[in-house]
Amino acid sequence: MSAPALRLAKVRKSFGRTEIIRGVDLAVAERERHAIIGPNGAGKSTLFNLISARFPLSSGRIELKGEDVTGLRPFEIRRRGLSRSFQISNIFHNLSVFDNVRCAVLWPLGYRYSFWQRLSGLADASERADAIIDAIGLTRRRGMTASLLTYAEQRALEIGITIAGGAEVILLDEPTAGMSHTETAEAVALIRRVSEGRTLVMVEHDMSVVFGLADRISVLVYGQIIATGTPAEIRQNPAVREAYLGTGFADA
Amino acid sequence: MRALFARSRLIVIAGYLAVIVLAPLVSPKGYWLSLLCQIGIATVFALSFNMLLGQTGLLSFGHAVYFGLGAFATIHLLRAMQAGSWRIPVTLLPLAGGLAGLLFGVALGYVTTRRAGTTFAMISLGIGEMVAASSLMFPAFFGGEAGVSSNRMTAPGWFGITYGSQLQMYYLIAAWAFLCILGMYALADTPLGRMANAVRDNPERAEFVGFDPQWVRYLMVVLAGFFAGVAGGLNALNYEIVTAETLSASTSGIVIMMAFVGGIGHFAGPIIGAALITVLQIAVAAVTEAWPFYFGILFTVLVLYAPGGIAGIFAEHKRLFDTGQLGPALRQYLLKLLPFSLCAAGVITLVEMAYALANTTERGSAPLHVFGVTLNAARPVGWAPPVIALVVGVLLLRLISRRLSAKSERVLTPLMERA
Amino acid sequence: MQFVLSSVLNGVAYGLLLFMLSSGLTLIFSMMSILNFAHAAFYMLGAYLAYQISSAIGFWPGLLIAPLLVGALGALVERYGLRKAHRFGPVAELLFTFGLSFLAVEAVQLIWGKAAVDYRVPPSLQGALFTFQGISYPVYKAFMMAVSVGMLLALYAGLAFTRLGLIIQAALSRPDMVQALGHDVPRIFTLVFGGGTALAGLAGVIGGNALVTEPGMAESMGPIVFVVVVVGGLGSLGGAFVASLLIGVLQTFMVGLDWSLIDLLRALHVETQAAPSLTRLSLTQLAPIMPYILMVVILIFRPRGLMGARET
Repeated sequence: MSAPALRLAKVRKSFGRTEIIRGVDLAVAERERHAIIGPNGAGKSTLFNLISARFPLSSGRIELKGEDVTGLRPFEIRRRGLSRSFQISNIFHNLSVFDNVRCAVLWPLGYRYSFWQRLSGLADASERADAIIDAIGLTRRRGMTASLLTYAEQRALEIGITIAGGAEVILLDEPTAGMSHTETAEAVALIRRVSEGRTLVMVEHDMSVVFGLADRISVLVYGQIIATGTPAEIRQNPAVREAYLGTGFADA
Repeated sequence: MRALFARSRLIVIAGYLAVIVLAPLVSPKGYWLSLLCQIGIATVFALSFNMLLGQTGLLSFGHAVYFGLGAFATIHLLRAMQAGSWRIPVTLLPLAGGLAGLLFGVALGYVTTRRAGTTFAMISLGIGEMVAASSLMFPAFFGGEAGVSSNRMTAPGWFGITYGSQLQMYYLIAAWAFLCILGMYALADTPLGRMANAVRDNPERAEFVGFDPQWVRYLMVVLAGFFAGVAGGLNALNYEIVTAETLSASTSGIVIMMAFVGGIGHFAGPIIGAALITVLQIAVAAVTEAWPFYFGILFTVLVLYAPGGIAGIFAEHKRLFDTGQLGPALRQYLLKLLPFSLCAAGVITLVEMAYALANTTERGSAPLHVFGVTLNAARPVGWAPPVIALVVGVLLLRLISRRLSAKSERVLTPLMERA
Repeated sequence: MQFVLSSVLNGVAYGLLLFMLSSGLTLIFSMMSILNFAHAAFYMLGAYLAYQISSAIGFWPGLLIAPLLVGALGALVERYGLRKAHRFGPVAELLFTFGLSFLAVEAVQLIWGKAAVDYRVPPSLQGALFTFQGISYPVYKAFMMAVSVGMLLALYAGLAFTRLGLIIQAALSRPDMVQALGHDVPRIFTLVFGGGTALAGLAGVIGGNALVTEPGMAESMGPIVFVVVVVGGLGSLGGAFVASLLIGVLQTFMVGLDWSLIDLLRALHVETQAAPSLTRLSLTQLAPIMPYILMVVILIFRPRGLMGARET
């Protein structure tokens, strides 16, 4: 049995005296699509920040593909194959869409801190960036400065930067936040495409997205996971219904 | 170096080359050639500074350190050549300055890039002051008050050129400047160069795509130190003397001014700024001793009203032209021209009067000549007209601005796009 | 023994002066995320204005009026300059204050000339407070300490116990919320900036005659204040306090100690002619750059400063 792609063991996080994450155990298998849902303030974004090393843990362990990555810096985690998106678009606002995506492929392609190679001449970087831009539907905006994009376009770019590097484990933090129905449907199709063969962990509020995409769901309430299971199991779980879904949520 | 030479770029490069080669022919006077040499050195220095600010988002208040240490290294090497211990073609000597700048970049850059943003600015100031203060403690290397001097005709350069004449020196500077400009331009189009931009825009996201922002900044400091060192080496050869002034806080300040006035958002900005500030420094200083004050005003006003610098102003007006709004913009300038002139005249007169008054040796008489008129700054009533002019000018400007906003005719947008 | 005592007392007086400057800088930075590069320029203006007023009226009116004038100037700068630069980002703000510091020095030279001015300790505060084993401690140094401590206690009391102080403390971390509650936050910013610069001005009033009042005083004081803030930890008043006293006392000690490496070697019975420029370098000579060396050491081993928060 191979190690889970991502495992959290007894993870705790306090800010001052307030404990936000109160002992989370989670295991996400390889190539699984896993969604984390829960009421506002449950700590979902904090959990993401802990996994991606944006915040340090108060205690506990995080393992990526079997390797202990607790205490590493974000770029070290990225280099080991975990990439995340942000709830509030965190893009390079003065660079073009093309450059935004290209920056995300440079390290995985091995170019690192090179200052002796002409960037425009790196065909594989340009091709991969263009492929991603096509996939996220921003080909028309290829040369536009990122800060001038619309909200939905920036969200798409946000996802693009996250997946461009080909990381095996992808964390998406509320990828469809603020999107209309059509935009959401397109985003879901995109997420399904790019997470093929990869491990996906997603925080979402839109239940149709969650129940449509996820293989398994974890429910986070007050910093603890109260249930993990398939969408069908979660839907029936009484504790989950009481805490989050509500009894009116019979079908998605 | 294949398609660095796209058609349009080749034309620009050829044009620039032509300008450099033909520039000395503009005037036979000695001061012209000296000016060109000064501009050449300043250009490389200012461009190296903008590698840090414009490209990587690092505001350094101590960039003169690499410039000065490069200059000192070069002059000491020249002296060693005089003493017979080295034989290096003088043509290559600026490279020694560059290497010194690079090495100090490696050493000092590690300390300065430990933090980013505002803290980096403070640290760079501290390091700059430390090196400048150290110069008094090691007179053997820094030459104390008198500095270190040498003779660039010690040994021939390539093709047997001895660089005795200012013209030969100019072409050496021009050649090195050209190479450095190409080098810095090429560096912008490398993985490191682009990641430096990314770190400038969003260091956190740069980290989440796999890069260590500190390492990116460190490398940029080292490379910028190299080019600053080359400029320092050229400086040493040009003046054949180096004093502690080359690493002083005022030299650091001047290069900030050059890059900023030219425009930190465009590659060519510092080139414009270096030329303009160098020329202004000589031209304005010849007319009035209060020229640093005017520079300060120019700089501060630009920060508040046109932070994109001259290059930014050009880009903005090109945008206006492209969208057909240049006409209304020019009309607005015309409206504001008179009040603005009143303000300027008032400020200039007040400054000159203050200067005359502070430096007068006789009581009751402080003569000065401004705008073709002779005034006496010691008489209090003489201060009224410029004060009135200034106040009236400011009020008129505010009135016009308010009327224009009310009519939604404002077409001039902030000249810097950064949020 | 008397050397130790006098060095400690002088060092503490100097350190408290540094703290007056760095506390204003820290307050402004904590609230507005603006690093006031021109802070030392306000210090200089305080000294020059005090000189002008004390030449005309007297020292004591100057002590009161000069800081108020400087604070008013700071408020004007914030209202009409800094606020405008704010929308262009932190680099623009920093460059604006940089330009301002440059202008201030030039303006001072324009008005008062390039040479140092004769700003003197008032006769009522001259003389020695006490004499201990041959070393006399000047009254004025004690006065400086008293003013520093008094001012800082007043500041602390004002922030902790008054309604305005409470609002300022809230605005320090949550300016948007405070504004939503109906307080005029931009005006609070102006007030804080003016207060911070008034503190700097006061430091200038009491320091200008003890040290020297010349156009270069901003350039010699400014970087050291930044070093204090970096060493103490950006945004930490406690750190600034510790760092100020540390640097003040350490530098005062070093100025008085003519020891160099060669003395240490000789004590170990080692004689050497090698590297005279390094071995004969005395602590007195090193004193001016000691703050920067301390900064380098802190940056290598503890980049967030003595009491600073970790950079997120």
